[in-house]
Amino acid sequence: MSSARAMEQDQATGRLAVTGLTVQVATPAGARTVVDGLSFTLEGGKTLCIAGESGSGKSMTALSLMQLLPKPMARVSAGTAMLAGRDILALPEAAMRAVRGRSIGMIFQEPMTSLNPVLTVGRQLGGAISAHGGLSDAAIRARALELLDQVQIPEPARRLKQYPHELSGGMRQRVVIAMALAQNPQILIADEPTTALDVTVQAQILALIRKLQADLGLSVILITHDMGVVAEMADDVLVMQHGQMVEHSPAGVIFSKPRHPYTRELLAAVPRLGEMAGTTAPKRAGESADAAKPTHAEPLVAVKDLTVRFDIKGGILQRPMQRVHAVEGVSFDIMPGETLSLVGESGCGKSTTGKALLNLIPWQGQISVGGRATHGLGARAMRPVLRDVQMIFQDPYASLDPRMRVGELVAEPLQIHGLASGSELADRVAYLFDRVGLSTDQMRRYPHEFSGGQRQRICIARALSLSPRLIVADESVAALDVSIQAQVLDLLQDIQNETGMSYLFISHDMAVVEQISHRVAVMYMGRFVEMGSRTQIFENPQHDYTRKLMAAVPVADPARPRRAFMEKAEDLPSPVHALDYTPPRHAPRDIGGGHLVWEAR
Amino acid sequence: MPAYIARRLIQTALILLGISLVTFILLYLVPADPARQIAGRSATAATVENIREQLGLNLPFHEQYLRYLGGLLNGDLGRSYLQKTEVSTLIASRLPASLILMAGAIFCELLLGLTMGVIAALKRGSRTDDALMIASFVGVSAPQFVIGILLLYVFAVKLGWFPIGGYGTFAHLVLPSITLGFLGAGWYSRMMRSSLIDVLRQDYIRTARATGAGRGKILFGHALPNAILPIIAMIGIDIGLFMSGIVVVESVFGWPGIGQLAWQAIQRVDIPIIMGVTLVSACAIVLGNLLADLITPLIDPRIKLR
Repeated sequence: MSSARAMEQDQATGRLAVTGLTVQVATPAGARTVVDGLSFTLEGGKTLCIAGESGSGKSMTALSLMQLLPKPMARVSAGTAMLAGRDILALPEAAMRAVRGRSIGMIFQEPMTSLNPVLTVGRQLGGAISAHGGLSDAAIRARALELLDQVQIPEPARRLKQYPHELSGGMRQRVVIAMALAQNPQILIADEPTTALDVTVQAQILALIRKLQADLGLSVILITHDMGVVAEMADDVLVMQHGQMVEHSPAGVIFSKPRHPYTRELLAAVPRLGEMAGTTAPKRAGESADAAKPTHAEPLVAVKDLTVRFDIKGGILQRPMQRVHAVEGVSFDIMPGETLSLVGESGCGKSTTGKALLNLIPWQGQISVGGRATHGLGARAMRPVLRDVQMIFQDPYASLDPRMRVGELVAEPLQIHGLASGSELADRVAYLFDRVGLSTDQMRRYPHEFSGGQRQRICIARALSLSPRLIVADESVAALDVSIQAQVLDLLQDIQNETGMSYLFISHDMAVVEQISHRVAVMYMGRFVEMGSRTQIFENPQHDYTRKLMAAVPVADPARPRRAFMEKAEDLPSPVHALDYTPPRHAPRDIGGGHLVWEAR
Repeated sequence: MPAYIARRLIQTALILLGISLVTFILLYLVPADPARQIAGRSATAATVENIREQLGLNLPFHEQYLRYLGGLLNGDLGRSYLQKTEVSTLIASRLPASLILMAGAIFCELLLGLTMGVIAALKRGSRTDDALMIASFVGVSAPQFVIGILLLYVFAVKLGWFPIGGYGTFAHLVLPSITLGFLGAGWYSRMMRSSLIDVLRQDYIRTARATGAGRGKILFGHALPNAILPIIAMIGIDIGLFMSGIVVVESVFGWPGIGQLAWQAIQRVDIPIIMGVTLVSACAIVLGNLLADLITPLIDPRIKLR
């Protein structure tokens, strides 16, 4: 076969051969190698998953293949990537432009920010279609409609006129995929395409990528930290750690016979849905915890008919025009030493419920914490209640004041409540640092000097400083790598075993919820749809929505048959209603043993 | 949108009421005596007292203010003490010149500032960037009368490209516009630079690049519409800066606008004119901001005016 023929074949089959790819990043301490001599071959029509934790260099690999590395901080210092007989790493910018979009399309992690907020979907998609010019407006529009239909967006003609902020995250990611496919590339690079999405939407997007791959014969490089996604998608898997490849095998082999210790570690850290079947206590609950738990104690927190609505104001006098029904008539109790998980997708009202417990937002209904009713309490009257309830937030990067030393951050609640001062305060802070597994000589450092997991430990130490009886943990492990996530979950569990702490654990991750909960409440559109013990919810889910959520969780088992393609995406119904809207009242049905199901009518 | 505009206009009326009251109090407290100014140094005490009575300056403060307010509601800004003309006529004859000057200044500052800012952002970290930012720093810090006199000296006196002062033709407009716009150009170039650098780092720019879009398309099609948003809000505030700027610039260039009118009135304690110019300026500032707020949603679809 002549070399020209070989080239043509590469072009047609989307075969990409990467050899010795090395990427360096400039740091104040000199060049740091973030991708080190990476070699792999992407076979035509196949899916290669690059898996690894944050900082493993997987995104840098993807960006370098597109020559989109953030210049001048990062650069490719060695290696080749042969596509159709050309080394795309060595192409000058003008020639590379022709490769982007035409030969390789790329989709990114954050659908919320990857579309231009001031341009319509039609303009952006049209721009992608005609990036290299030479098309009439009518042809562009026809192709845009065809692409939106291909990525299963309902009402494509209407979508073209919409702006990104008018679309949900899943819809936006579909638009980004349509843009990546606009010029019929043979290779699609997807960098964590579903990480920022809800599980049900994630399942739809993954199925869509598989369908497009089958229809269009694409080769896919999928970058992910989620071994469940790897199992759902991969033909071949490349595991990276610290910029180096630690293992490269077919998907079946990685999961059944992982060779490298790091791969085994990574797989072991992944919480698997259903692994807790047949048990009632959380994964690491102490032996004594279950026995010691008083069964007839007064609930620590009692919430009855909690309703949170926000008015949208407008008009000349700024009177309410519409109302957002964020939480509608939610009731639950939390017992001392118990973990209740609120699980649901974004916008379901789970975080709002958590905030209401701390009076961080106005709400209606009844909440009592340790026997004290908290409705309408002012900041001062709320103080003693807040000694009992503390909160840990999702983003450990944003929830610590960057200008305060971490020791001061942990000491602050004690000072505000006047609980300790002087050497007593210092001792207490040192104890808290020790408790969450940080060394006390780190107290004088600033938040930016810590990793994500360490910062979340600092947040936990700060929440613990008042010795609360309940901690509201709002997506507290969602931003962490799986191995770190496992450590933080263990820490939370150990604290509960030791002190009898209660948790309101707010999460979208069913597998994590299964590990940590005593009881689980599933939320949808501001209401509970099902509540019961961990076993009841996970082993005997009754509500359609609960089942749907669980079915959507990717399972880290490549032998399991991959889900078939789903019908067109539908957005969630809107929680915004007219002022005179009275939400229907739903009564739960007890199907035995405290397992409550609310049927939608 | 109509409700929003109506609400803003009501707010504007309240703001103007407050400004008129504050200005009136300040002028009342000024130790100069308008009646004495009008009568002249040689006038007798009786004449001065007579004038005071004629103008109602002997009345208690609240009566004076209510009288003024009553006139205002009928569209009457009062009569100038010294020029013996309606203040509204005086302002109406002077305002067009000032508005032309402001339009010229806005054009200059946008043209200079945005161009400098975009170039600096694209060449970030280079010598060009450094030079442009030094120039913008000079623009921000140099007093307007100094810039005006320098420009006059170089371009009017030495080179003779433009007239030294006066009003009437396009050539007359150039130097005053540049002088008035220089400060804003300095600010805008800095804002545009940082705004554009920020926008160029955004994910959607990377998305556009990944489709193979060229540099021009990315800059003009994707980056600038986003980068310009904070600048638009600034233009509204700028009109306030201009109001103080025109007093200086109009004096330097002999430009017959309301800045000069105000300057002369202040020297002679001609209270009706000072009040009139103050209210017109306040109107301009509030309406300028309203205009900026109305333009923003045309570019940024995320902003909805309710």
